[in-house]
Amino acid sequence: MKTDVLVIGAGTAGLCAAVRLAQAGRRVQVIATGAGSLGLAPATIDVLGYAPEPVEDPLGTLPAFVAAHPGHPYALMGPERVAPALAWLSAVAGDLGYPGTLSRNRLLPTALGALRPAGLLPESMSAGALEAGARVVIASFNGYRDFYPHIVAANLSAGSLALDARPVDLVWEGELPDLAPQRLWRRMEEPEVRARVARSLRPLLDGEVAVGFPAILGREHGGDVRRDLEERLERPVFEIPTLPPSLPGLRLYDLLRAALRRAGGRLTLGETATGFRARGGRLEAVLASQPPREDEYLAQAVVLASGGVSAGGIEVDSEHRAREPVFDLPLSELPQDSAEWFQEEYFGEHGFDRAGVAVDALSRPLRADGEPVFENLFLAGAELAGASPWREKSGEGISLVTALRAAEAALEVCA
Amino acid sequence: MTDLMERVAGSVRGSLDQCVKCTICESACPVMPVTDLFLGPKTVGPQAERFRTGEHSPDHSVDYCSGCGICTRVCPQGVRIAEINSRARAELKREQGVPLRDRLIARPDVMGRLARPVAPLFNAAMASPPVRGLTQRVLGIHRLAPLPRANGRTLDYRLGRRRSRPLGGRRIVYFHGCSTNYYEPRVGLMAIAILEHQGFQVEVPAQGCCGLPMQSNGIFDGARRYVRRLTEQLSTPDLDGLQVVATSTSCGLMLKREAREILGVEDDSLRRLAARTYDIFEFLRDLDQRGELRTDFHPVPLTVAYHAPCQQQNQQIGKPALDVLSLVPELRLVELDRDCCGIAGTYGTKAEKYEIAMRVGAPLFGDILELAPDLVMCDSETCRWQIRHGSGYPTVHPLEILYRAYGGRPV
Repeated sequence: MKTDVLVIGAGTAGLCAAVRLAQAGRRVQVIATGAGSLGLAPATIDVLGYAPEPVEDPLGTLPAFVAAHPGHPYALMGPERVAPALAWLSAVAGDLGYPGTLSRNRLLPTALGALRPAGLLPESMSAGALEAGARVVIASFNGYRDFYPHIVAANLSAGSLALDARPVDLVWEGELPDLAPQRLWRRMEEPEVRARVARSLRPLLDGEVAVGFPAILGREHGGDVRRDLEERLERPVFEIPTLPPSLPGLRLYDLLRAALRRAGGRLTLGETATGFRARGGRLEAVLASQPPREDEYLAQAVVLASGGVSAGGIEVDSEHRAREPVFDLPLSELPQDSAEWFQEEYFGEHGFDRAGVAVDALSRPLRADGEPVFENLFLAGAELAGASPWREKSGEGISLVTALRAAEAALEVCA
Repeated sequence: MTDLMERVAGSVRGSLDQCVKCTICESACPVMPVTDLFLGPKTVGPQAERFRTGEHSPDHSVDYCSGCGICTRVCPQGVRIAEINSRARAELKREQGVPLRDRLIARPDVMGRLARPVAPLFNAAMASPPVRGLTQRVLGIHRLAPLPRANGRTLDYRLGRRRSRPLGGRRIVYFHGCSTNYYEPRVGLMAIAILEHQGFQVEVPAQGCCGLPMQSNGIFDGARRYVRRLTEQLSTPDLDGLQVVATSTSCGLMLKREAREILGVEDDSLRRLAARTYDIFEFLRDLDQRGELRTDFHPVPLTVAYHAPCQQQNQQIGKPALDVLSLVPELRLVELDRDCCGIAGTYGTKAEKYEIAMRVGAPLFGDILELAPDLVMCDSETCRWQIRHGSGYPTVHPLEILYRAYGGRPV
């Protein structure tokens, strides 16, 4: 199949690159083994949360950060690309939120009631950035297994903001033997259900500045659901990201998919890239497993956004041999010896944290001699070497900046 | 060792070890959120499968899986969720017995043959509320469910002896499926005309049912017999090696993948047949990309909404109908962005599942009503009937538009 640009991967980086390319009028085809991890992500756009101390002003901190980390994707792409990338997402996101520029990180409650620094926020979470000492209610439904308001409230009250947080257990009226989040978020779109919820919650409120719910407040019409609850409860309502599935991430996934479709791009899931055909230094086609035939995608440029070690964009076997499975790209910053791969502590700095593919300023993967592997292959997202996104809280920022860089560089090589 | 691991991970049941319980399948499942009767693809699939020891089924809610296959498609770990669930449903049916209703609706060829000689009577009966009320009470086919209209002049009948037309040109095989033959012969006539217009000599061998409806109703033995027979019919020495073009997305998928991946039919001639089977728009798009598609199009000044059916999306061929029809002058194509219409073959015709299927399809129907197009297009027959039923809009195979663009007469 012929296309202008083939994008491999359907996470934040792949979808953003594809939307950008389609907006530029190019034929874009996205293929991916499955849906990307957005549906598991809290979907705040985090640029830099820790360096390693908590960061208050991410954009202001970036110049010093990239000076200290010259191999970091922000350094290679140029820190000046971050603000325009955020503005681009904000424009694409529309009603979902992510407004304005990123002047400072906000502290948001997690599903355990810890506080974490977050960058651009979806509108559904913005009232969750609370002032110290604020009085709030954390409400959830008895029987919903993935969120415990008592734990959240207790930890928020004991946390650095010393909030005055009170838990409320609501009883889900009516049937629903299994309070799966997928059922809850659909039922919350029914006005009668919200009226019932508000009727039981409103009398329990007393001077709170906001009410926090687990992020189950409606998928397609989430904004309407939240605003309706705010009206009925007479105060701001915010969502707290949950264990997977993560509704705020799914909303962003839905939105990027729709933006891609509107711009004329295509998304094919269940299709795994397996190899390539190249002539000289130029990719001609990507091969993909499409039983019962192997399919060939002919493209002028390819954006690889298949993720890092955790997503399978880099495969690691039980003997710690690592490999990029589609193009066999050279990997850098790999631990020398298998004992160095993991640390005892889960959130410690693991040996493979910064492993990935080294790229140039156009986000082209590089060979050991510093030359691009292919002149028309561009990398985006977690596969780039040199970052430790979950420790830095920089994953979405890196995905976004590298996606747009890769897309723009891909446009340059298209005839 | 690595070989063994790959074989296990690559097998349907072995793939469940890849499941990391990420819930991506359950967030994409169209059925789970609209009914409490289905516990979700992960729960009944990779989770319950560990308790399926061959003695008894630990979970009965798998019967409420519609088999749309979206779960497998979105799984980033390559778990064959839909295939696991399809096999589990067959096992459940084997234990509990297959109801008469499911045996009937699983045989579109038998139903079509019986209805053909009495088509007007059959159609009048099926349009009569009292008869449908009775059919629901006696058989459990929902009284409002969209059913096809029998056609007295089947595709077989219309083609008569002209199953191979010596027009010259490269020979290809047309696989029409039961529904085109018995209910919508026009789809077959248009397909043949369009392929001949490209200069092919179209062979239409006598062909039986592919077994898909049996498979989705859990009657695996019968389904295997059907698909093996069809494989023979499409692989005679005269036809072996020719490309096979299908107008039914679900029957095409059966040959391409499901016979092997769900029914477990391992057979060389099926494997060869799978590799030479194409969805018709996939085939036409390939022609276009090689510069071989005829583009002597007339303008078709219509606004047409397109729904890509699940069974076509499960072929990983993109949306070839949109690619090809985008060449037609003055045609305004609107891509509908919903995953499933709800019907899933015979699922939505069952009395206990009709409401679920309609709830699944409701957002799609709503989008169509809001758009108010001239026509709706969908490649899959049962989905067309469901969309017509749910939205009230005329819903056609995308071939209908291409046929008009080539100067063919509208219905």
